[in-house]
Amino acid sequence: MLVTKAKRLLATLAGWAASVYAGGASAEYALNLRPGVTPISREAYDLHMLIMWICVAIGIVVFGAIFISIVKHRKSKGVQPAQFHESTTVEIIWTVIPFLILIGMAIPATKALVAMEDTSNSDLTIKVTGYQWKWGYDYIDDGVSFISSLATPKEQIFDMQQKGENYLLEVDNPLVVPTNKKVRLLITASDVIHAWWVPDLGMKKDAIPGFVNEMWFEIDTEGTYRGQCAELCGKDHGYMPIVVIAKNEADYGKWLSAQKTASDAVAAAAEREWGMSELLERGEKVYNTSCAACHQANGEGVPGAFPSIKGSAVATGPSGDHLALVMNGKAGTAMAAFAGQLSDVDLAAVVTYQRNAWGNNVGDLIQPAEVKAAR
Amino acid sequence: MSTATAHDTHHEHHPGGLLRWVFTTNHKDIGTLYLIFSLVMLFIGGAMAMVIRAELYQPGLQFVDPQFFNSMTTMHALIMVFGAIMPAFVGLANWLIPMMIGAPDMALPRMNNWSFWILPFAGLMLVSTLFMEGGAPAGGWTMYPPLVLQTGDAFPFLIFSVHLLGISSIMGAINIIVTIVNMRAPGMTLMKMPLFVWTWLITAYLLIAVMPVLAGAVTMLLTDRFFGTSFFSAAGGGDPVMFQHIFWFFGHPEVYIMILPAFGVVSQIIPTFARKRLFGYSSMVYATASIAFLSFIVWAHHMFTVGMPLTGELFFMYATMLIAVPTGVKVFNWVSTMWKGAMTFETPMLFALGFVVMFTIGGFSGLMLAITPIDFQYHDTYFVVAHFHYVLVTGSLFSLFAAAYYWLPKWTGNMYDEKLGKLHFWLSTIFVNILFFPQHFLGLAGMPRRIPDYSVQFAEFNQISSLGGFAFGLTQLLFVYIIWKTVRGGAKATDRVWEGAEGLEWTLSSPPPYHSFETAPEVK
Amino acid sequence: MTSTSGGYYVPHGSHWPIIGSIGLFVMLQGFGNYLNGDGIGGTIMLVGFLILLVMVFGWFRVVINESEAGTYNTQVDRSFRWGMSWFIFSEVMFFAAFFGALYYARVFSVPWLGGADPGTNEVLWSGFEAAWPTNGPAQLGGEFNLLDPWKIPALNTLLLLSSGVTITLAHWALKKGNRGALVMWMLATIALGATFLGFQVYEYQEAYSSHYNLTLESGIYGSTFFMLTGFHGMHVTLGTIMLIVITLRCMKGHFTADRHFAFEAVAWYWHFVDVVWLGLFIFVYLL
Ligand code: HEA
Ligand code: HEA
Ligand code: HEC
Ligand code: CUA
Ligand SMILES: [Cu+2]
Repeated sequence: MLVTKAKRLLATLAGWAASVYAGGASAEYALNLRPGVTPISREAYDLHMLIMWICVAIGIVVFGAIFISIVKHRKSKGVQPAQFHESTTVEIIWTVIPFLILIGMAIPATKALVAMEDTSNSDLTIKVTGYQWKWGYDYIDDGVSFISSLATPKEQIFDMQQKGENYLLEVDNPLVVPTNKKVRLLITASDVIHAWWVPDLGMKKDAIPGFVNEMWFEIDTEGTYRGQCAELCGKDHGYMPIVVIAKNEADYGKWLSAQKTASDAVAAAAEREWGMSELLERGEKVYNTSCAACHQANGEGVPGAFPSIKGSAVATGPSGDHLALVMNGKAGTAMAAFAGQLSDVDLAAVVTYQRNAWGNNVGDLIQPAEVKAAR
Repeated sequence: MSTATAHDTHHEHHPGGLLRWVFTTNHKDIGTLYLIFSLVMLFIGGAMAMVIRAELYQPGLQFVDPQFFNSMTTMHALIMVFGAIMPAFVGLANWLIPMMIGAPDMALPRMNNWSFWILPFAGLMLVSTLFMEGGAPAGGWTMYPPLVLQTGDAFPFLIFSVHLLGISSIMGAINIIVTIVNMRAPGMTLMKMPLFVWTWLITAYLLIAVMPVLAGAVTMLLTDRFFGTSFFSAAGGGDPVMFQHIFWFFGHPEVYIMILPAFGVVSQIIPTFARKRLFGYSSMVYATASIAFLSFIVWAHHMFTVGMPLTGELFFMYATMLIAVPTGVKVFNWVSTMWKGAMTFETPMLFALGFVVMFTIGGFSGLMLAITPIDFQYHDTYFVVAHFHYVLVTGSLFSLFAAAYYWLPKWTGNMYDEKLGKLHFWLSTIFVNILFFPQHFLGLAGMPRRIPDYSVQFAEFNQISSLGGFAFGLTQLLFVYIIWKTVRGGAKATDRVWEGAEGLEWTLSSPPPYHSFETAPEVK
Repeated sequence: MTSTSGGYYVPHGSHWPIIGSIGLFVMLQGFGNYLNGDGIGGTIMLVGFLILLVMVFGWFRVVINESEAGTYNTQVDRSFRWGMSWFIFSEVMFFAAFFGALYYARVFSVPWLGGADPGTNEVLWSGFEAAWPTNGPAQLGGEFNLLDPWKIPALNTLLLLSSGVTITLAHWALKKGNRGALVMWMLATIALGATFLGFQVYEYQEAYSSHYNLTLESGIYGSTFFMLTGFHGMHVTLGTIMLIVITLRCMKGHFTADRHFAFEAVAWYWHFVDVVWLGLFIFVYLL
């Protein structure tokens, strides 16, 4: 049949195109959806291929007819135009056939959708929070939580350095999950809408401030999977990647206990008195990862959008107000509440840093204990 | 009271010079104004697209900072949608509907002037936000809160320009409906109207139904930001997603507002150059109406990832898929109109053919997006960007090119340069595919939309796409040149212009008289 | 003047539309600046509004003069009727957006926040119980009390419904050519409309008083309440102004028993405002 022949030809062409781009070592990877590593992602992939081929087939019929008309029914060949028009039979046929095709598509689609939306019987629940512009992860049952932000250095972004292999798709603290376990995510956001998406996991879900969304995945292959925030969330929307590392159960357990130890250490650090220089040193780091996106590394902000911290009335005024603003944010502006994102030490450090950097020279310092008291 | 009439007879027709255009109530003048305005906006919006494509030419940040990039994306879309495509179709409606139905002018000529003259002010207000503190709006043309509430000084002006654009569209649409229902020549029954008129009748209805809803939505944004309401804030019991529902209740019909008149244009052109009647006139009318009806119940297909209940997702998936049926009826009708015709391939026909093929490609990707479980993968990637540029650029914009070539000889009395027209078509078609086809691959491979910078695996296709984009943009300069040349002079066009052309507008002289039908024609 | 196609009136150029556009532009430009905290914004806004007013007066004067001069034939009259009907339809859709917001908040967002949806309440707003009315889990605007629907709102319903009757009586009088009754019924309609507005203002004052503490800031309830009743109130105000203009025209002897489009247009508008109020009374106050 003509259709199958043409289909084969097209498949060959597509394959050829794919191999041309295989030059970039990414082969099919860069051309098509990835089958991924979860039952859901594979189902989505199959469904995608099915629908695509159906569309290609319909396309071949329709475009084929156009092509034949163009070639054969042209005036320059001296044809006389036929006079036929209006035929109820034909009209019914070309209404009913597409309708049946659509039903054929809807059935597998419905099945897949029902499976995807079933978040029951999960083994592990992680709360995911979108912030401008980083992700927070909370292992609800295990008491582990951390913030995950872009790890690509600025130099690579501004073309001052060779771009790495995972340019823009690398983070400081990846999300680690066990394989072959049904992981349920509770997704929310603190400021604007974000969307959590890792293509290999076959699902994306919006993170909506004030609401919680659910999704689940069950990864069957160990490995590292990368994705990105998929809902416009402001200036650095392009710079809030997601990295998921799937480990087998034993390795996952090891990782989890290491995390717990680390968070105990953080708690302990908050108990002691801190000195100026160590606060400043730590504060600069926190500032650069959490604040510089808006207030800029030089503290001068972006006029009209983000205020300057250098010489700011808040940062040179009473330290309690300064701390309160950073902890609670300012409603209705991009200035988020950092109390939930940063530890006591980090908050103390960053406020201290802001009060003493870029010529602010207030000279005072804030202890983690004060932050704790302010919570 | 005879002062009014006496006053009228004093100055005959139009005041001269610039004021003629400012005060005019003539449908042709106003149509021309609309078309010029939209051409200007196409270039402004297109220039912004060039900035986007330049920044995306390679990974890393080269030209603009991310905030400005987002502004470009946002403004590009707003300007193209509300400034270029919609006004262009209103311009066509103004020029053609009275001529097609045998009317002297539009039904409400003074209001017609007002609906146009609001536009430049709205456009000015929108474009001026580029120079405000905090930059132009950068939250996407969809203006989702809470992000859009972070806009700087531009915020109220964004809202107000949308209000103005809405007022203009509503008035324009009311005028079109009234003209069509009340100004037809004797004998011009509804089912004898040219399809372009039909599609506009339905489009105008869509406009009146949804533009006020958009106005309401952005008004709520305004009060949320300035007057302490909490429509879109969970803290007060509202929901950011509520905005999306209201916006897309407008937004989806909006995309059909941009394509139904295009269907009309193509349904005029194909029979002319196939020298054969449209295969199924009445089914085309019913299909258009069905699309319009369905467009009201599919909006949430833009929101599959917001976490709707399963039943909602299923409903919106099925309803969306259904639109393929009436749209298919249209495509099949065009194909069977060509079938066994005696075709020639002048520029309008070329663009119409390009439309049918490439719009259908965009329709197919739309259908793929409608399948909820896989939209979870496609959503907010370049696959969506590819989809809507196929339906909007090779769809709406191509139909506008086709319309321009088709009726330009009628409007100006001069033939355009056929060689250049064909060149314009071929260059556009080749480059537009280089521009947008690779974006399908990018989206499938996982490139999100609205990002100024991307990981290195996407470099090749972005480069190709950008090159296609620059070339496509440059090609449009040719279009302007062709129009300019045609307006200046050229071979004289006959009244009929095209051998196979049917319809009242071709019975008028080229260019037509200032008032189309001083006495109503008889339609048999 | 060009009169074609069986006398369809096609006016020649007019300067009113461009004045209207400039007025709109200046007004909104001023309003935007005002909202951004720019001192001069309010003044600019006022100037724009005045320009707009001049335009409205000027434009309507022209149209009224033309109408009285008999320039408009029945076809033109039909155009006006269609135009007004579709305009009212667009207004209906404008209100639909706000009614939709009310519906969505009550049926979806508040129940989700309050518990029906598993995650949201548990994780983010534990302790918040879904109920209507509400000012949301963060209790925005503080405690508030409800206005009793059976007091002022019920009275207002009665007023508007009677005004619907009086304007119909006026219409009948006009059709019978009974000028005296016409003007009287029109005055009655205006009085009813104005009284409605007076009560509405009074109710707003009550709401904002410390006793009720119901404000625009009172979460989603306050937002929907004031936006819906506020926009309705603006439409009643506009409608009342239109009634006044029409009454003045009636007094001047405009309109004939069979040609009085302007009168009917205002009557339609008034009925529309009436129907919206019924929706408000049921969905905002009662349910
Ligand atoms: C002119 C504008 C236009 C048109 C006509 C369409 C037409 C369609 N669109 Fe598109 N769409 C947009 C403009 C348009 N769209 C825009 C601008 C966006 C993005 C907005 C944003 O987020 O910024 C968008 C986004 C968009 C989405 C959301 C994607 C996402 O964000 O995740 C979806 C999902 O369902 C969708 C679906 C469809 C469908 C099913 C059609 C159908 O109407 C297509 C029907 C046509 C055909 C199917 C082809 C012809 C038919 C046949 C030959 C018959 C036989 C065929 C079959 C049986 C398959 N569109
Ligand atoms: C309505 C119609 C419409 C039209 C006609 C276009 C036309 C084009 N669009 Fe547009 N686009 C949208 C509607 C439209 N777009 C919408 C709704 C969005 C979504 C926005 C959002 O996410 O919020 C979008 C988003 C969008 C993106 C995604 C941005 C992002 O996600 O960050 C891109 C990227 O490539 C793009 C590119 C283009 C290009 C290259 C053209 C070209 O076709 C333009 C061609 C025209 C010209 C170029 C002008 C003419 C020539 C000159 C100005 C001369 C100078 C030329 C040179 C210097 C080369 N568009
Ligand atoms: C998403 C952008 C963003 C980030 C990230 C951000 N801020 Fe801000 N910040 C703002 C904005 C916007 C304001 C202005 C709020 C206003 O309108 O008053 C602000 C205001 C401030 C002010 C008050 C300045 C003044 O003079 O009014 C301080 C202090 C401050 N931020 C500290 C911080 C610290 C510390 C961090 C990191 C831990 C941080 N900000 C991260 C956006 C941000
Ligand atoms: Cu977060 Cu985009
Ligand atoms: Cu849609």
